[in-house]
Amino acid sequence: MATTVETADGRKTKSVQFVEVDDVTIRFAGDSGDGMQLTGTQFTSTTAQVGNDLSTFPDYPSEIRAPSGTLYGVSGFQIHFSSRAIHTPGDRFDTLVAMNPAALKVNLKLLHEGGSIILNTDSFDAKNLKLAKYEVNPLEDDTLRSYKVYQVPITSLTTKALEETGLSPKEMARSKNFFALGMLYWMYNRPMEATLEWINEKFGKNPTVAKANELALKAGYSFGNMTEVFSVQYNVRPAQLPAGTYRNVTGNEATALGMVAACVKAGLPGFLGSYPITPATEILQELSRRKNFGFKTFQAEDEIAGVCTAIGAAFGGSLAYTTTSGPGMALKTEAIGLALMVELPLVIINVQRGGPSTGLPTKPEQSDLFQAVLGRNGEAPVPVVAACSPAGCFYGAFEASRIALKYMTPVILLTDGYLANGSEPWLLPEESDLPDISVPFATDPETFQPYERDDHNSRPWAVPGMAGFEHRIGGLEKQHITGNVSHDPMNHQFMVEMRAKKVAGIADDIAEQTVYGPAEADLAIVGWGGSYGAIRTAVERLQAENKSVAHIHVKHLNPFPRNLGEMLGRYKQLLIPEMNLGQLAFLLRATYLVEPISFTKVQGLPFTPSEIEQKANEILNTL
Amino acid sequence: MSNEEKNTAINDQIKVLTAKDLASDQDVRWCPGCGDYSMLSQLQRTLPEVGVKKEDIAVVAGIGCSSRFPYYMSTYGFHGIHGRALAIASGLKVGHPNLTVWVATGDGDCLSIGGNHFIHALRRNVDINVMMFNNQIYALTKGQYSPTSLHGQKTKTSPNGVIDHPFNPMLIALGAEGTFVARSMDRDPKHLKEMMLAMYHHKGTSFIDVLQNCVIFNDGAFDLYTSKETRDENVVYLQHGKPLVFGKERDKGLRLDGFRTQVVSLKDYSENDLIVHDNKSKELAFILAHMNDQPGFPLPVGIFLDIERTTYEEELGQQVQTAINKQGAGTIHSLLYDAQTWEIENGKN
Repeated sequence: MATTVETADGRKTKSVQFVEVDDVTIRFAGDSGDGMQLTGTQFTSTTAQVGNDLSTFPDYPSEIRAPSGTLYGVSGFQIHFSSRAIHTPGDRFDTLVAMNPAALKVNLKLLHEGGSIILNTDSFDAKNLKLAKYEVNPLEDDTLRSYKVYQVPITSLTTKALEETGLSPKEMARSKNFFALGMLYWMYNRPMEATLEWINEKFGKNPTVAKANELALKAGYSFGNMTEVFSVQYNVRPAQLPAGTYRNVTGNEATALGMVAACVKAGLPGFLGSYPITPATEILQELSRRKNFGFKTFQAEDEIAGVCTAIGAAFGGSLAYTTTSGPGMALKTEAIGLALMVELPLVIINVQRGGPSTGLPTKPEQSDLFQAVLGRNGEAPVPVVAACSPAGCFYGAFEASRIALKYMTPVILLTDGYLANGSEPWLLPEESDLPDISVPFATDPETFQPYERDDHNSRPWAVPGMAGFEHRIGGLEKQHITGNVSHDPMNHQFMVEMRAKKVAGIADDIAEQTVYGPAEADLAIVGWGGSYGAIRTAVERLQAENKSVAHIHVKHLNPFPRNLGEMLGRYKQLLIPEMNLGQLAFLLRATYLVEPISFTKVQGLPFTPSEIEQKANEILNTL
Repeated sequence: MSNEEKNTAINDQIKVLTAKDLASDQDVRWCPGCGDYSMLSQLQRTLPEVGVKKEDIAVVAGIGCSSRFPYYMSTYGFHGIHGRALAIASGLKVGHPNLTVWVATGDGDCLSIGGNHFIHALRRNVDINVMMFNNQIYALTKGQYSPTSLHGQKTKTSPNGVIDHPFNPMLIALGAEGTFVARSMDRDPKHLKEMMLAMYHHKGTSFIDVLQNCVIFNDGAFDLYTSKETRDENVVYLQHGKPLVFGKERDKGLRLDGFRTQVVSLKDYSENDLIVHDNKSKELAFILAHMNDQPGFPLPVGIFLDIERTTYEEELGQQVQTAINKQGAGTIHSLLYDAQTWEIENGKN
C-alpha cells in the first residue's frame, strides 16, 4: 500500500509504501554516552503498549563513559518485537541505528543482508572513522552495498530543531537520541505519546531539557514523515497474547518484585543485605524504594556483611535476602554454610556474569551452577532454583522464598545478566494465583526444642522477642533436637544425613518436571536458566519441520524434580546447551547415569536459536 | 496510683530476673582463671538491673574463646563465623529494633578478620553493645600473635618477636566515629559492670575494649594495670567532670602542655591545672587514646567518649514510616501495578 503525504515545504509530495511485517529486530547502537539504553527502553515501552510481544537485550560495555568514538565504548540495545509470541531478543537484526562509525563497525556483522541502517552522518568524520579503525569511509566504498542505508545528519538536524531553546550546541546535541527515536517511531508506526509523557515526568524539574527532548523527538518523527529519505513505513500488528493486564519488566525488577511479594504473602518484614555488584545492583536499587512495604535494604560494607546482616535479620524474624554475582557469591560462601547449619530461612540471589574472577562483569554466563550446588565446605546441601525469563525471575524469587521458609534453609536463586537486563511483557498474576507461604513459627514454649523436626524434617522458628523460646544457635555441630553444641561422632553423622535428607525431600514439594513437545522422541534439548528462549525458539522451529524434538527446561537444580530421571530416559538423545563447559550435563550424568551431548558457549553472549537448531539437526542426522 | 504503686504493678507483671536466671544450662568451658568468666558474670548481673526482659536480649558472637559467650547465657544467642559478629548483630538489630543486642568478640575476631565490619558498625551507629575481649593473643588456635599483640612479643608464629605494629583499639573506634568508646579490665568487676550499664543506656554502638588475661597463652600481659600493687600507679580512671588524678597516694595528675599531655606531681601543680575529663569531647578522647603510647604515662580506663548521634535503625525506621505515610502501606496489587500497564482482552489487544 502506498500513500502520498505532503513534504515539509508544502509543495512536493512523497509516496510512502506501507508494509505489514510479523517480526522485527532493531539494534540501537552508539557511544556509551549517546543514550542508547534510554532510547531502547522508550521504544520498548511504547512497543509493549502497542501490544506486540517483545524481548530485549541491552549490551553495554563495563566502562561508564569509555572514550567517545571507540570500538570498545559502543553501547547497544536490541529489541525484538512481533505479532507472534517470541522468546528471545533475536539472533540478528533487521534495522541498525548507528550513531557513529564505531557502532556501525561493531554491529554490522549481525545485520541481516538487505537490512536497514540509519546512520548519523555527522559523526562520520576523519576522527571518528580513525577511532573506529576504518581506513576508508564506509559510506564511500562498497561496505554497505548490500543494505538499505539511510544517511541522516542526526546531530545537525537536532541542533537545528532546537535552535530556539537557547541551549548551547553541545547541550542541544545531547537530545539527538530522541531525534533518532522519533524517526524510528515513524518508521515502525508507533505513537509518541507515552514517550512525551515520560519526558515530562522525567525532566519536569528542568523544563528546558524537557522541551529540547520533546522537540527532538517530534523533529525526528516529522523528518521521517516529511522527507524523501524514508519511503517505507512498517507496521507490526499486535500479538495474540493471553487476556489480562500486562506490564514490561526486566529480570532484576521482577526479582525484586518477587521478593517483596513473598514477604507480603508470608506476612513477614523483608530485609536485603547487599553490596553493589554488576549485574545484580538494580535489585538493591529497586528495593531501596520499596520502604512502604516495610522492606528494609541495608547496603553493607562488603559482600560478607551483605549475607551476614541478612542472616542476623533472619534470626530476628525477617524474610531475609542477599543479592550478588559470582565474585560476591564466592565471598558469601562461608556464611551460606552458617545459614544452613543454623537452619534459618535465607534467599541468596546470584545474577550470574562471565567468570572466573572479575571475568566479564557485564556479560551473561551460566557458569556458577557448580558453585551453587556444590561450592561449600563440608556436606552442605542448599536448594537451588533458576529463573528462565525476565518475568520468570518474579516466580523464581517467590519460589525460593517459599522453600526457604518452609524448610528453614538457605536457598540459592540463579539468574543471569541476560535475564537481569533483558525485558519482556509480563501478564500480571492475581494475588490469589500466588501460592501460600507457610511460616514455621514455634508455638508452644513448654515443648519447644530448636532442632526438633517436623514431618518434612524442618525445624521450628523461634524469634527473639518470643518469651519462653530463648535458645542459642551457631555454626558448631548441633545435637539433634536440643540444638546444643555436640561433637558426638554418631550425632554428627546423623545430622549430616538429616540435613541432606531435608533438602532431598524438597523434591516432593516442587512441581514435577514438564516437557514441551512429545513425551518420547529422538531428541530432548535440556536446558536451565536464561537459555530458555533460545532453546524454545529452536525447538518450535524444529517441531514445525516435524522433527522429533522436545524441550525440557529445569527450574529446580537441587534437588531435581523427582520425575526428571525417568523423563530423560524417554529420549534417544539428550542435548544440553549451556553457557559454561557442561555443568548441568555433569550433574545429570552423575545423578542419572545418562550420557547427554553437551553443547557449550562461553563468549559472554547468549545462545541464538539458530545455533541450537543447527546443533540439533546435526544430532538428528546421525540418529 | 503513686509511682511506687505503679512500679510494683509493673514488677508483678514482669518476672524480676536475677543473674542466675541468665545462666544457661551449658557447662562453661573456659580455662580455669580465664578473664572471660568475669565478663560473663558481670553481664549476667547488669541485665537484671536494667529491667530488660529476657526474651528481648540477644547475644551475638564471632569465633574465638570469648565468642562461646552466647552459649552460656540463657537469652537468645547466636554464635556466628569468624569476624562477622558485628555484621550479624547489625542485621539483627536493624531488622528487629526492639531487641537489646550484645556482641562478644575478641581482638582477632573484631580487629583482624572482622576489622571492616567493626569500623562500619561504628560509623553507622547501630544500637548494639560490643564487648571486645582483648587478650593480645590468638588463644583458641593456641597462641599466635593478634593485631593487638605488642611489638616484639614472642608467640608461636613470632618466635623472634612480633614485627607488626599493634592496633590501638581506642583510636580505631574513635577514628571510625564511634559514639561510645570505653576501656575496662577483667580484674575490676565493679568498673566492668559500671561500664556495661553505661553501654546499655547509650543509644548507638557502644564499644568497650576489655583487657582480659589469657592464663594459658599470654598470662600476666596486663598485670601492670590489673594487679593491686601496680594498678594505682599505672592506671588513670576517667570520670566525667573530674580531674585526671592517679597514683597510690593520688599525688599525680595529667595536664596539657600545648597539644601534649604531661604527667605532673600534685606537689608542683594543683588539681585546677589538670585535664578535667569531658567524655563529650572528641578532641580529648583522641588525646587520651594516644597518651599511653609513651612510657611513664598511665593507661586511661573508663569512658573516653559518650556522645549522641541518631542510630541507623531509627533513621531507617523513620524512612519506612515516611514512605508508608506518603505512599500507603504496599499491597501485592500496588506492587505489581506500579508501572505502565496495558490490557489485552480476549486474546486481542
